[in-house]
Amino acid sequence: MLTADGVPLRRSLNRALRRQKLRAMLLIAPLLVFVLITFLAPIGDMLFRSVENQIVSNTLPRTVASLSDWDLASETPPDETVFRALAHDLVIATELKTHTRLGSRLNYEASGMSSLLRSTGRDVEDFGEDLSASLADLDPVWAEPVTWADLLGDPAWRAEHESWAATGQRSGAPAFQPSATALTALPRTTEIYGAFARITQEVNGRNLMRQDPWHLVAITLIEEIKADPAAAQAFAGEHAARLAAIAGADLAQADFTAAFADSNDRWITPTPWSVIALYAAPYTPGYFLNAVDLGKTPEGIAPRPADEQVYIMLFMRTLWLSLTITALCLLLGYPVAWLLANLPARQANLLMILVLLPFWTSLLVRTSAWKVLLQRQGVINDVLVWIGLIGDDARLVMINNQLGTVIAMTHILLPFMILPLYSVMKTIPPTYMRAAKSLGANDWSAFWRVYFPQSVPGIAAGCILVFILAIGYYITPELMGGARGVFISNRIAYHIGTSLNWGLAAALGTILLIVVLVLYWVYDRFVGVNNVKLG
Amino acid sequence: MSLPVYATPLQRIWHVAFRVLCGLIFFFLVAPILIIIPLSFNAQDFFTFTPEMLRLDPAGFSLKHYDDFFNNPDWRLPLLNSLAIAPVAMLISVGLGTLAAIGLSQSHVPFKGAIMAILISPMIVPLVISAAGMYFFYSRIGLQGTYWGVVLAHAALGTPFVIITVTATLVGFDQSLTRAAASLGAGPLRTFFKVQMPLILPGVVAGGLFAFITSFDEVVVVIFLGAPGDKTLPWQMFTGLREQISPTILAAATVLVTVSALLLITLEILRRRSERLRGLSPN
Repeated sequence: MLTADGVPLRRSLNRALRRQKLRAMLLIAPLLVFVLITFLAPIGDMLFRSVENQIVSNTLPRTVASLSDWDLASETPPDETVFRALAHDLVIATELKTHTRLGSRLNYEASGMSSLLRSTGRDVEDFGEDLSASLADLDPVWAEPVTWADLLGDPAWRAEHESWAATGQRSGAPAFQPSATALTALPRTTEIYGAFARITQEVNGRNLMRQDPWHLVAITLIEEIKADPAAAQAFAGEHAARLAAIAGADLAQADFTAAFADSNDRWITPTPWSVIALYAAPYTPGYFLNAVDLGKTPEGIAPRPADEQVYIMLFMRTLWLSLTITALCLLLGYPVAWLLANLPARQANLLMILVLLPFWTSLLVRTSAWKVLLQRQGVINDVLVWIGLIGDDARLVMINNQLGTVIAMTHILLPFMILPLYSVMKTIPPTYMRAAKSLGANDWSAFWRVYFPQSVPGIAAGCILVFILAIGYYITPELMGGARGVFISNRIAYHIGTSLNWGLAAALGTILLIVVLVLYWVYDRFVGVNNVKLG
Repeated sequence: MSLPVYATPLQRIWHVAFRVLCGLIFFFLVAPILIIIPLSFNAQDFFTFTPEMLRLDPAGFSLKHYDDFFNNPDWRLPLLNSLAIAPVAMLISVGLGTLAAIGLSQSHVPFKGAIMAILISPMIVPLVISAAGMYFFYSRIGLQGTYWGVVLAHAALGTPFVIITVTATLVGFDQSLTRAAASLGAGPLRTFFKVQMPLILPGVVAGGLFAFITSFDEVVVVIFLGAPGDKTLPWQMFTGLREQISPTILAAATVLVTVSALLLITLEILRRRSERLRGLSPN
């Protein structure tokens, strides 16, 4: 079959359909992209943060690598290699001031880690001070920063640096380049000096020729030369002689284990090491375990100490209070919805305004109204005292507890129950009830066996809606709940704003999100997202 | 639904009792909102009715809390900030949301269900989770603590309402009208503005009002994303309620209730107009 212009009809129709689809997609695309960037990307970021844990392996890369040989269950601390690696990592981290952030991160898992890292961070710069001094005693040139730059730096870079220094400029120094000789003969010394040079030049913006290298550079050089005296031969002229002198001299060995033990004796227990090893992986289930009151120990996953177990209780409280609020809303909403659905349209429309006004009124207005009304010196207590129901000295405490949260949230969410109930009840023909009664049913059984089953979809829609809204509430519990009436949302906000444990906030948020999405899916299955009615 | 003449005494009692019960529930719904209106005129800094107020003595009433609300920078600046954020967020929501709703109402849209779920999701996800995610992500891209960060976040939160209201008006829209316009020689733009737009306008305006009030009332996201200098009215009320509660908050609340009531009336007029228009269009 051909169309007027001779194209097969099927192809012509397909093309029209494709064009129509393309047009629809072009109309949808801007919003879809907008929501992806402004909304879904943030949610994705939160999911990512709930497992992300790169801070440990980024801050302590050498320690993490050398700890992999250490047995987690062992009763003794790891050997000298690991202590040396930690000294190396900590010197850099202290210079970059990242050790305090790592301390806060590890403190979430084991208290005391933050103070341990802070105190050792103060000491670690002085580790090996005596060794570095004895090197200067051997040959005073080692106390000159230039000696190190000449020994380890690329000659071309040195020349460039000299001509830069001659200009007298303060910034724009050429960045340190290691020489090929140093890289092959003294790889570890060159690496740590390279780190020192980068931090001195880029982070602190200082002249490399005027800054004494870390003691760690001297210690590493001594170790490397002692281990392989032949390395000295790789260098030319005076460098070779100086290095050979170190190889021949009687210098003490660095003892990092002792230095760490001296700084804080917790380092010679296995505890801090097992915390670092347990949380070394770049991605961790640690935050999720924490969110359900569990933690990682060398023996496996175990419950947290009793005084830190709050989250299961908070989740249970959130669910329990949300259920209570949903039930109260149903109890109060059902009769009202029934009345609205069965009154003549004119009266129903008028009464509907009484439902819609609260629906449209700001959440904060309603919360402030309740806060004002429920106070000890508020209107409700005044009325109760005035009619003599309670004594003036026995005023009821109705805010800063669970009662306040439940009353205010029931009021705030009640319209969300009434509206779906009403729209379902509107569709139930009143003749069914009359038919039931004419067949001999009494009022109760006509309602219970004929009307009520037909209103169940409305009940389901209203309850799921109210429940979804309730479990995510933050403002009202925060203002009305006091200490015992807060929800899991308040804890999430606390971790973002106050304790700064973002990973845990993200994990708690992810769990809450999953609960809401499951309920949303149920709602969509039984009610349909497209049937959401507003106002 | 009045009682039949043959109703038994028990049925009569139940009939009355049920209405009293419903009356009490309606009272519960509106009384807390209405009671703050007279309280906001209190001449004293109390949150309850003073004896003078109960005697209706003019000395018990004053406008001093309103004076404070409109003249104290602690309240006026947040009000102005809210008025600077909400309309811009609303325009973004309405613009993008209306286009998308028209796209979604076409008959052949691939992955319609999935797209709809994504576009509606800002309304379903609890605000504290959206706020947390936005705080993390917007910090990365430098939008945290900026005016545009708040506007974009509010626009995202407002779009589902626009989608829902506009889609609802489009359900009754007769697609043959656009075809008729096209066959009479109107281009797509002209068809949109002359035929489609007037018919879906009530839905667009209703969606816009929802988007506006979403932004105007929103507090959780603002607390996380806003700069301290960009305090909005709900944020100021939240701080006031949490720290030290001042009676000016009652004046602020009364102003907001008035705004809500005006919006409600506007929506009701729009709904009636929409019904009338659709009654005229051939279904």
